[in-house]
Amino acid sequence: MEPEELIPAKDFCMYHNIEYSFISSLEDSGLIRITSVEKSVYIPAEEMQKLEKFVRLHYDLDINLEGIETINHLLEKMDEMQKEIIKLRNKENAQ
Amino acid sequence: MDFVDYYKTLGIPKGASSDDIKKAYRKLARKLHPDVNPNDKEAHKKFQQINEANEVLSDPEKRKKYDQYGENWKHADQYEQARQQQAQQGRQGFGGGGFGGGGGFSDYTYSSGDEGGFSDFFESLFGGARGRKSPAKYRGQDYNAELQLRLSEAYTTHKQTLTINGKNVRITIPAGVENGQIIKLKGYGSPGANGGPNGDLFITFVIKNDTAMRREGNDLYKNEDVDLYTALLGGEKTIETLSGKIKLKVNPETQNGTKIRLKGKGFPAYKKEGQFGDLYITWNVILPTHLTEKQKELFKEISKLSS
Repeated sequence: MEPEELIPAKDFCMYHNIEYSFISSLEDSGLIRITSVEKSVYIPAEEMQKLEKFVRLHYDLDINLEGIETINHLLEKMDEMQKEIIKLRNKENAQ
Repeated sequence: MDFVDYYKTLGIPKGASSDDIKKAYRKLARKLHPDVNPNDKEAHKKFQQINEANEVLSDPEKRKKYDQYGENWKHADQYEQARQQQAQQGRQGFGGGGFGGGGGFSDYTYSSGDEGGFSDFFESLFGGARGRKSPAKYRGQDYNAELQLRLSEAYTTHKQTLTINGKNVRITIPAGVENGQIIKLKGYGSPGANGGPNGDLFITFVIKNDTAMRREGNDLYKNEDVDLYTALLGGEKTIETLSGKIKLKVNPETQNGTKIRLKGKGFPAYKKEGQFGDLYITWNVILPTHLTEKQKELFKEISKLSS
């Protein structure tokens, strides 16, 4: 198994100029996963893309946490449906 | 290059207040933002347009210039020069200078349209980001590429080198990719402007079937011929799978069209190591042809026994 790449939450907040409380509320809502090592908080690299998207939604578009949860849920559903469409199209083409 | 009506882009009247502009922009941005419209090129284009409209209308100086010249934006520079000259000469009004012929306007700066996604109209009127107090960062444009794979190649994780805009990009293609599936390579798109992040590279896989199998998700389907005698009396048959040859037992009295499932012998599940779909074999019983007299006699004998 490959070791997990972790990014210090402090660095992320500084780079994006955001409050740590935002990351913490995303974690409380189950939208992202963070890891604590000793007393420091880290963000797994694989969560970065998702987290940066949530930062843009919140800070650029003024969408609150409830809105982000809803959007995320709908985007996931959309993604599943797109995969299903691809699967069905492939099935149709194969016949 | 056409005149761009920024008010129309944001759906607001000319006299809209800065609050109205902000509200209209926010509303459209929420609808068209690339994060809520993944892989939607039309939405991305519209988002760039509303960004440009907001960039102009939310800045009082730019808005003033835009409102002042309106559809005569092509002559904005000449207009300014004439006004300055007249001011120096201490005269009032614009006299015969002003808008003149179309030859002038040497300050034209055509952009490729990639830089921050602003139109040529914007670049001409505002000269790119020159007027900006603090240059905004813009994400680079996304690239789209298509990668053709054979089904047998998609069966295993492998590396391939793509040439995107003259740059070689080596990517790992995980086993189990689907036809039409799109993968995103973050940062492999066009470079960002003013220190903004690079765009992303979207690769669409086009998978051609080079096997005798049919793929449905992670399951594979194959028709396999079996001669009448093996089907009747049972036996063994060697069949080709994507992972190699396997020997299969044929049960006695196997009917034509009988389907058997080979668990885990199908296609690998995408990014799920060790997980495979199933392989379904349908037996296609082949009746013998060109029977000899002896064979015919024996079949008649069997026929009598069965009736």
